[in-house]
Amino acid sequence: MARLIRTEKEVEGKYTEQWVVVEGEDEALDQWPQGPRAVVGTPARRQDGLQRARGEAEYTADLQLPGTLHAAVLRSPYAHARAKVDLTRARATGWVRGAIGPGDCHVLQEEPSFHGAPVAAVAADSLREARAGLELIDIEWEELEPLLDPEEAVKRESFVDDTRHYSRGDVEAAFAEADVVVEGEFRTQVVLHNALETHQAVCRWEGETLEVYISTQFIWGVRDSISSQLGLPPDRVRVVCNYMGGGFGAKNSPGDHTYIAIALASQTGHPVHCALTRREENLAAGNRNATSQRLRAGARSDGTLVALEGEYVNAIGWAGFNGPTYGPIEMLYACENVRTVTYGAKLNLPPNAAFRAPGFVEGTFGLECLLDELAGRLELDPLELRRRNYADKDLVDDRPFSSKNLLECYDRAEPHWARRDEVRARSEGPWQRGVGLASQIWYGGGGPPSYAWVRVGSDTRATVITAMQDIGTGTRTAMAQIAAEELGLPLERVRCELGDSARGPYASISAGSSTTPSMGPAVRAAAADAARQLLEIAAQRFHLEERVLSLRGGQIVSADGGSWPLEEITGLLEDAQILGKGARGPNPAGMRVLTFGIQVAEVAVDVETGEVVVERIAAIHDVGRVINPLGARSQVEGGIIQGIGHTLSEARLVDPVSGKVLTQTLDAYKLPTIADVPEIVTDLLDIPDEHLTNLGSKGLGEPPIVPTAAAIVNAIRDATGAEVHELPVSREAMLRALAEAREREKRGAPAAV
Amino acid sequence: MLELKINGGTYEVDPPVGQTLAETLRGDLGLTGTKVACGEGHCGACTVQLDGVPALSCITLVHTVGEREVTTIEGLRDHPLVDAFVRADALQCGFCTPGQIVSAAALVEAEPELTAERVRHAMAGNLCRCGAYPRIEEAILSWRD
Repeated sequence: MARLIRTEKEVEGKYTEQWVVVEGEDEALDQWPQGPRAVVGTPARRQDGLQRARGEAEYTADLQLPGTLHAAVLRSPYAHARAKVDLTRARATGWVRGAIGPGDCHVLQEEPSFHGAPVAAVAADSLREARAGLELIDIEWEELEPLLDPEEAVKRESFVDDTRHYSRGDVEAAFAEADVVVEGEFRTQVVLHNALETHQAVCRWEGETLEVYISTQFIWGVRDSISSQLGLPPDRVRVVCNYMGGGFGAKNSPGDHTYIAIALASQTGHPVHCALTRREENLAAGNRNATSQRLRAGARSDGTLVALEGEYVNAIGWAGFNGPTYGPIEMLYACENVRTVTYGAKLNLPPNAAFRAPGFVEGTFGLECLLDELAGRLELDPLELRRRNYADKDLVDDRPFSSKNLLECYDRAEPHWARRDEVRARSEGPWQRGVGLASQIWYGGGGPPSYAWVRVGSDTRATVITAMQDIGTGTRTAMAQIAAEELGLPLERVRCELGDSARGPYASISAGSSTTPSMGPAVRAAAADAARQLLEIAAQRFHLEERVLSLRGGQIVSADGGSWPLEEITGLLEDAQILGKGARGPNPAGMRVLTFGIQVAEVAVDVETGEVVVERIAAIHDVGRVINPLGARSQVEGGIIQGIGHTLSEARLVDPVSGKVLTQTLDAYKLPTIADVPEIVTDLLDIPDEHLTNLGSKGLGEPPIVPTAAAIVNAIRDATGAEVHELPVSREAMLRALAEAREREKRGAPAAV
Repeated sequence: MLELKINGGTYEVDPPVGQTLAETLRGDLGLTGTKVACGEGHCGACTVQLDGVPALSCITLVHTVGEREVTTIEGLRDHPLVDAFVRADALQCGFCTPGQIVSAAALVEAEPELTAERVRHAMAGNLCRCGAYPRIEEAILSWRD
């Protein structure tokens, strides 16, 4: 029976209440016992690996629909300006097929407010002609004064979103009674997603239906945004994404380029492809915003945290969201007295976008570095300090955790942590070595609504059908594994078809580490529904009661010991099909569903040149049941490698006077290469969350990047005594921190206030 | 008119002056396995081989290719490296993967006895934002298994 329920939904820490319809067997199914099973929990190759590796997978970038025109976008060269746009000359040519300016499309701006803001666009038969067409657009620019300094923005109360205030307990009194107080100011830089497939879409009208082929993390969100922007019934918008070349949070919404393609498709009657160039990608496709963090921690001499305080400024840019940089300080430790304030500075800079655990990566850096400085002051082992402040319930909402195995993570970190004497002893010459650690907390519980269908045919093969997207995380494979496990089929007999809003039910966003925990339970429920129907048919065929039958290892097994190959039943089907339906049920009421972990980093620092080399990272995470250990390990490694880039080499640079972005190309913006990768040891607890869905699985996309920067910087401190408070740790920053450390030593001053 | 030798076949194309090899392969010949991710020769996604030597097709003008044999991922679909990449899970989103495999195929051809150090040096021009690097290294070192 279909049930309409009101439930709480969380995506990346944002909670909303909404109605969901639940039908199917999610809650009726018991979780599988802990541990690897025939298919689930067993390493599986990616189902679409060969297509991707052989260059056969068709990404949005590869689509060549007949009659497609190519769009080029004229973007503001100024951080703030007024633009008087004249399209007359462009429209007068025969070869500019479409031209639009402010007034023709809501994303084109008369007063562009950041470098790279879209102002006008043209479409032509080739990209080359489209770019030439841009030269024929006449614009009178009036340059305006840009606001670029976040502190100044806070002073002027120029904000994106409301300033967020939080407090619990009596922070002032607690600081007054603390035996030790440490404080510090931390800064993180702007980093750019740089998915290798740039943001792009191909849009075409098919009769009254708008087809949108798009590189996206959220097929249904794109459909809903476009339908409401254009005033179309949602089912008149079809969104397709079979393969996409990375997103990391920047592809959750349609984006300006899609609306530009739609406007030009409407004007010309042709399909229009609008793809950002790499330079445009690094201007106007979103970023992880910079932060500044003024932090204070008070503790008793035994290490018990009595007060924590954080003042955060998110330097957001012209638009975006005031992310949860405050999250870790409020959530990670059992501290009764916590106060935060978080400003979201609105600036004449490109808008931010979610980037793999937005806010928590930045907030964990500040908090976990400060905690190590506290451990230093108290002469306490940093791991022991974290154990002593272990939170056994959520103090923000006073809720129990649905599951938390962070202490087990700490235990498993011991052998890695115990290497530090040996690591330090390998210091030689200018190369100083050390070990650091940092804890991780993040969301990742997913939620409803999410739906899946499972189809079984007379060939005894099953197909999972759901209109979700595989952004490179191996979703197709994980979903097929879950269905195969439930149906008792070998994995090679199960496929997952996804990527098309017209050809499958509503599916979750692939963001917020929510894909597997949102979709997986729906897929299992759909497979169970199909299995139930197979048993009903078998009961009729063999004149047995349905309740004595079960599906196991490709066999229909009877309680009295009889067994028949599943083919005997499916063989009866001929052209008939079994169709199972499944829905994701709600999250456990009154509980907080979170992921946890710890990373231990080993580094070598050349104290003469400031070069930092990460030599080893051990990552221990608690994300519930693991579906595919092979793909899971890859995600952990990928998160850590992005974290290493964030820590050491990546930084978007902006001219401080004009507000122009200087790092638009991949020679200037330094992504990690294969030569920058340390030894990475992955250890996933694989303990199902007994309160969460029929799977007990949480998400894994984001947890691995959360503690990496703090673990590396704590290792730098262990190696050299230098306290680095800003990212990236460039050689210049490293040498400055080393000089400060020498000064402190000379003065004989303690490491912190 | 230009005659291009690609993956063992011969193709006639008539590109405008200034067109890149990548544009010709993808746009004119539909060989979309070659990806363009930066368009400026910084990322390696567009890597093809010219007479067995890795080349960045997004900054190679098609008129400069001449007699050289062009090998794209479409010409390497049955190379053991393809299976090695899938086996090792050496890809996530897969957008850089064809370029990785084309580079790696030239590397294993030139240097059958590889070390991890050598792979890390030779493959440093192929960026992977998903960070599949440890598995790419594993795939290349185990490509013959």
